[in-house]
Amino acid sequence: MSAGDMRHAGINLGTTDQETHDQAEPDIFGFWIFLMSDAVIFALLFAVYGTMLGATVGGPTAASAYKIGPTFAETVILLTSSFTFGLGSIAMKHGASNRVLLGWFAATLALGLAFLGLELHDFATMIGDGAVPTRSGFLSSFFALVPLHGVHVLAGCLWLIVMMVQVPIFGRDARVKINLLRLGLFWHFLDIVWIAIFSVVYLQGLIR
Amino acid sequence: MKAIPWRRAIGCLAPVLLSGCDVLRLGVVGHAGPIAASQWHLYLIVGAVLVFVAGPVLLLTPIMAWHYRLSNKNSAFKPNWDFSWWIEALIWLPPVGIVIGLAIVLWTYTHTLDPYRAIPSAQPALEIQAVALDWKWLFIYPDARIATVNELNIPVGRPVHITLTSGTVMQSLMVPQLAGQIYAMAGMTTQLNFAASRPGIFRGENTQFNGAGFQNQKFAVVARPTADYRQWMDRVRANGQPLDAARYARLAKRSVIARPLFYASTPPDLFSHIVAQIPEKRR
Amino acid sequence: MTDGIWPALLGRFTWNALAFVRAWQNPTVNEIIGAGAAMMVVLGAASVITLITVTGKWGYLWREWLTSLDHKKIGVMYVVLAFVMLARALAEAVLMRMQQAAAVNAPGFVEPDHFAQLFSTHGSIMIFFMAMPFLTGIINYVTPLQIGARDVAFPLLNSISLWLTGGAAGLMMVSLVIGRFSTGGWTGYPPYTELAFSPDVGPDYWISAVTLGSIASTLSGLNFAVTIYKLRCPGMTLMRMPLFCWTTLCTSILMIFAMPPLTVATALLALDRYLGFHFFTNDLGGNMMNYANLFWLFGHPEVYILILPAFGAYSEVVSTFSSKELYGYTSLVLATMAIAVLSFTVWVHHFFAMGQSANLNAVFGIATMTIGVPTGVKIYDWIWTMFRGEVRFTVPMLYSLAFMMTFVLGGFTGILLAFPPLDYLVHNTLFLVAHFHNMLIPGLLYGMLAATHYWFPKAFGFRLNEKWGRIAFGCWVFGFYLAFMPLYVLGAGGAARRSQAFFEPAFRPWLYVAGVGALILLAALTALFVQLWVSIRERDANRVFAGDPWDGRGLEWSTSAPPPEYNYAVIPVVDGRDPFYDGKRDGDGYAVPAGYEDIAVPRNSMVGPATGILGAGLAFGLVWYIWWLAVLCLAGIVATVIARSFIRDVERIVPAADVARIEDRWHHAIAAARPISRHHETTPANQGLAEVTA
Repeated sequence: MSAGDMRHAGINLGTTDQETHDQAEPDIFGFWIFLMSDAVIFALLFAVYGTMLGATVGGPTAASAYKIGPTFAETVILLTSSFTFGLGSIAMKHGASNRVLLGWFAATLALGLAFLGLELHDFATMIGDGAVPTRSGFLSSFFALVPLHGVHVLAGCLWLIVMMVQVPIFGRDARVKINLLRLGLFWHFLDIVWIAIFSVVYLQGLIR
Repeated sequence: MKAIPWRRAIGCLAPVLLSGCDVLRLGVVGHAGPIAASQWHLYLIVGAVLVFVAGPVLLLTPIMAWHYRLSNKNSAFKPNWDFSWWIEALIWLPPVGIVIGLAIVLWTYTHTLDPYRAIPSAQPALEIQAVALDWKWLFIYPDARIATVNELNIPVGRPVHITLTSGTVMQSLMVPQLAGQIYAMAGMTTQLNFAASRPGIFRGENTQFNGAGFQNQKFAVVARPTADYRQWMDRVRANGQPLDAARYARLAKRSVIARPLFYASTPPDLFSHIVAQIPEKRR
Repeated sequence: MTDGIWPALLGRFTWNALAFVRAWQNPTVNEIIGAGAAMMVVLGAASVITLITVTGKWGYLWREWLTSLDHKKIGVMYVVLAFVMLARALAEAVLMRMQQAAAVNAPGFVEPDHFAQLFSTHGSIMIFFMAMPFLTGIINYVTPLQIGARDVAFPLLNSISLWLTGGAAGLMMVSLVIGRFSTGGWTGYPPYTELAFSPDVGPDYWISAVTLGSIASTLSGLNFAVTIYKLRCPGMTLMRMPLFCWTTLCTSILMIFAMPPLTVATALLALDRYLGFHFFTNDLGGNMMNYANLFWLFGHPEVYILILPAFGAYSEVVSTFSSKELYGYTSLVLATMAIAVLSFTVWVHHFFAMGQSANLNAVFGIATMTIGVPTGVKIYDWIWTMFRGEVRFTVPMLYSLAFMMTFVLGGFTGILLAFPPLDYLVHNTLFLVAHFHNMLIPGLLYGMLAATHYWFPKAFGFRLNEKWGRIAFGCWVFGFYLAFMPLYVLGAGGAARRSQAFFEPAFRPWLYVAGVGALILLAALTALFVQLWVSIRERDANRVFAGDPWDGRGLEWSTSAPPPEYNYAVIPVVDGRDPFYDGKRDGDGYAVPAGYEDIAVPRNSMVGPATGILGAGLAFGLVWYIWWLAVLCLAGIVATVIARSFIRDVERIVPAADVARIEDRWHHAIAAARPISRHHETTPANQGLAEVTA
């Protein structure tokens, strides 16, 4: 593999579509930078969460507020959605039919929406149990960090829907391909953030 | 004819200029205690070093620019000359050396002048609890169980240890002639150590903006000889009113206090209640 | 019924929110000043709109400027925005200086609450809506030209950044007319800015405006970084880039990583204020120290975001006007990078007095001093650039020299402030105010003005008037010293910053001097506007269409002035650090290519204006609790972005024939122009063709 074939991290289109690959270079690089900037936001919210762990002020604590079962299910679902998206990306790279491509994306979308549904159900349970963000600094920091990831997933789902409309309309022109590459990065990035949330936030709930 | 307006101008300006120099006496230049004196000493050390940092630039910039001006036919012109190891060494190494030297000074003085560090003294420090309110300072004397607002009386020569908190937004307490400032924050305490080495009235203030009465939030630090200080305390005990919950609640409201207030007694754990925000939550 | 409808429609807006109504009901000097400012905003906007309508320029403005994705036009619009905001914030500064001079043991004429709004808007505007747009504008104009690119990497994103910044700046203007602004300063420290202590709309205006500006800057940083990494012309290795590009790169990296902390800080404050969270409140576990850390994690790198582009501009100016290669290029690059990295390691020095351990304070103090080393190296590099050169005292060069000598004084007091025990005494006083103005006026404003004077002929095709430029320069420098040196003295005397009144008669003479200084600074700005007026009037005499009025060194001088929309008919190939300068000496500076090809340029797009207007609408809805407006605008932004993704016809082709015609006209002009020697470059004889000497 020469240097020109593999220019940016993630799926490269080099061997199958050289022209789009050249165009993708600044676009994908720019999106990486965007993700890193976004990662700073998450990192800071994690830091704030860390400093706020003790600020429960007699209210619910990590141990009492979190339910590990549903969040584990959410983790599995989101990781699976990353896998299905990955298969979709490979299908795109090697020119599979629209039906195959859209099938993988539909699966990803379904998993994403399922994740969101479960997460919303979690939040509703917490709020029903009195673990509301206005109760303490600790819960405030939880409800800033975790739902922000949820909003990202929602945006990802919306983006995915738009792409599922564009694939039949425009076929696989350069912009569709590049946007799918970007969306892929975004989707996998959200996975990584979620793994951090699951380990740093939810698993700590198991520590009694 | 020409001289008169000049003379008149000087006559008018002289008091202005003289009063102008007074301004420095209000700050660390007019230090009145060991902490501020030490800080002033540090100013002089660092300032002297920095003259050698800033000086060359202030000299070289105009000299270079003027000597190598376009119209000067006698200056060398080497348009492609752009590097010399000697100059590189000259512009990198001495500054690094100066910063290393200053870093040692900084490390030492930051520790000796740490506001949390008790001042070594034969006498035990006078404990004061300061509460930042909008727009006034409440000083509680926990040992004597008295309190004052906007006037801090201290004995000359005895170290003072202030524990600060805020009953409202963040503020910052400073008495420039005695010591630097420290922030006061609700639900937390900070500390400040200082002492006065001569009697006098020194201006203290809040330096962190906290609303419409901010500019009025000044207080006097009255340093008195020990005997005088005791008499003052007796007077407060004899003449003041008690600081009870109702009076504190009134005090905690946003207001500017025209004259200092003196309280003959305080509830025993007022300060810790304010830190724990107990009065707030009970309301 | 009305109880139900109006709040739903207008949120918490009442007629009393209008500055005019307040002044009508309570005609004090204070309220009349407020209403007067509001009137200026309304009249200013109305007269601009009328003027455009009467002259029938709406179509032109819309097609050629507002919807343009050309980096050069976007750059110019950024700078125009910066000047408008500079005028307002400088007027506020003068008002504050007058108030303080009048208010020694006297009430003055501006009430405390109004005064607090003045210093809050002054600071917020100067940082976010004067300095940031100014440098973003200059970077936008210059960087793609310098690296031999046809545009930035993402032209549409560039337009969106501009319009978000513009929308936020508009919000700042609206706050003068409707409602009131925050009184929490440009730092917006909670808990003072929390609902419990500031229940009015002020902090919400501040949060909205700053957040929009912050997002716009993050996107700009991203755009410039990708442009520099990916769009350099063949042969333009990183170590051959002009130094301005290096500083752009460092500033962009800082924007990418330092703006998010600001976004987080303001967003969390918004959560506290809108949804009752407890991040920075006094009660229920809130902790404002988190805010201080988040804010200054942004705030300190921000200082270098502001200063580095100016350093880049000085590097270009000093080298060009010393007629000499930049001394110690590698050294300067290393120093720039060192500053960028170190800028993330010093944020605690903004709150030494918050009660950290002495160890922590000492570490951050030492880190702060360390930044002085690369900064000092840069100044010496410029001094040694003049060494064995031929220095021409043009206006940009004068700004550079004034910068070097003034900035070093700011560095002097900066090292003093880096010592925690010394900081304790002057933190939050006018000494600090003097210090950061002493850094930012020479370190940003002079730099941007030097850049403006230097590149103006490139952008508009004619030189700025030299005489008025010198008058403005004199006023900026003289006014600066008069306005800020007294503040050092006052601060050393313990005068707290942000004070509406003072009670020490000894402060009076110094406040008078500072007041006079502020008036001279206002005169400086006026002189700049006069200069612009005079320069436009006599533009025909000062044309430099050939494009190289200063015997320039970088690629940006190798095009016509103004450059064609595609910048370069043929993408240049470079093989050195001063490609155009060397090219001129080798005789191929203006080589005519064998032929031309079609060039694709980005089509105009209304996505930028739409996003900016909708963004400002969203913010306005949030500020006033007009939820329907906020939801509508948010939906509008999402819809705009989605709709744009369906548009495929985003490029316009400039046919090769047109390119040939444009280029031929320029080459003819070069052939007809008389080369100008450096001695006469500021005379009308300068047609933009430099005489090639050694």
